[in-house]
Amino acid sequence: MGKVIVVTSGKGGVGKTTSTAALGAALAQRNEKVAVVDFDVGLRNLDLIMGAERRVVYDIVNVIQGDAKLPQALIRDKRLDNLFLLPASQTRDKDALTPEGVEQVMNDLKRYFDWIICDSPAGIERGATLAMRHADVAVVVTNPEVSSVRDSDRIIGMLDSKTLKAERGERMEKHLLLTRYDSNRAERGDMLKVEDVLEILSIPLLGIIPESMDVLRASNIGAPVTIADARSAPAMAYFDAARRLAGENVPISIPGEKRGIFGKIFGRKAA
Amino acid sequence: MSIFRLFNKPRSAPLARERLQVLLSHERCSMDKDLVSLLREEILAVIAKHVQVDADKVQIKMDRGEHVSILEIDIEIPRDAEVLAA
Ligand SMILES: Nc1ncnc2c1ncn2[C@@H]1O[C@H](COP(=O)(O)OP(=O)(O)O)[C@@H](O)[C@H]1O
Ligand SMILES: [Mg+2]
Repeated sequence: MGKVIVVTSGKGGVGKTTSTAALGAALAQRNEKVAVVDFDVGLRNLDLIMGAERRVVYDIVNVIQGDAKLPQALIRDKRLDNLFLLPASQTRDKDALTPEGVEQVMNDLKRYFDWIICDSPAGIERGATLAMRHADVAVVVTNPEVSSVRDSDRIIGMLDSKTLKAERGERMEKHLLLTRYDSNRAERGDMLKVEDVLEILSIPLLGIIPESMDVLRASNIGAPVTIADARSAPAMAYFDAARRLAGENVPISIPGEKRGIFGKIFGRKAA
Repeated sequence: MSIFRLFNKPRSAPLARERLQVLLSHERCSMDKDLVSLLREEILAVIAKHVQVDADKVQIKMDRGEHVSILEIDIEIPRDAEVLAA
């Protein structure tokens, strides 16, 4: 049976979709079967980030409403054979995702895939709760910034109360993915430190993804950053995070800490 | 400009950290309050099915720790309470 991961945050624009695509592709590159699922009904984006927007025929709502079979809706990645996308629909009907329908889709996906990664919409409403409902593991995406940390705290509370795991009295495995981390600002003392965020949210750290132009470039060409430029700093951070998700013990490094005095003086404007 | 800025403006991150700690301890508390009042109502309803209790004699408290929360339920049942069902 596959493992279900929800990528969630409460706040929008923190890097959930970017992280879903990057982690999905990183796990698929380990030869595991991966499905990434877009729960952002009405505002789908994962298809664009994966570069599959022109190949969407059916979506998750079509499957739930019985207009398409699951295999018809799954889009195989052009670069990685064992990476699949289940797109969200563009319907404005918020009730298009039903709890029963989502449960059926999740159970089917779990039989075919090793990993099912659910990209959550922003907010704490229906879409977000349905995305986390069946999760075994939660990746809480947080930016080192006050409003993002506060929203993550809310989401952690929901993960501990509104999920199937929580209702069964089991413990939800939660990991913090700190994204858009800017080492220059951290050095200046104008950004919450990694330790601060960890202490406040008190869940274990899965990884630190640096703020980087490489993420923007990857989205421009329509590829997860772990495929677009596997040697870039954000890609390497995502690869490490994926290894930790798979149970490997990989030491955490804080991006940008190795820069010398030269970088400190001249690197600021460039970053 | 960046060098001067470094000396002129106080670092803002420590303040952010402090504000968050105060805010979140408050918010976590009020979330627990919602849960506690819900539990209180339902527990009272269950008990009332079998024994007559005074709603004021039911104390419910939640202590939120880092890893687990402890729910304390304290119910005073008078000796002569009417037992509705055995
Ligand atoms: N590590 C990063 N460095 C630079 N830009 C990033 C990074 N992560 C995300 N972004 C950008 O932030 C924006 C929001 O990201 P997205 O993944 O769509 O967030 P969400 O799904 O949480 O709303 C996008 O423009 C994306 O390119
Ligand atoms: Mg998104």
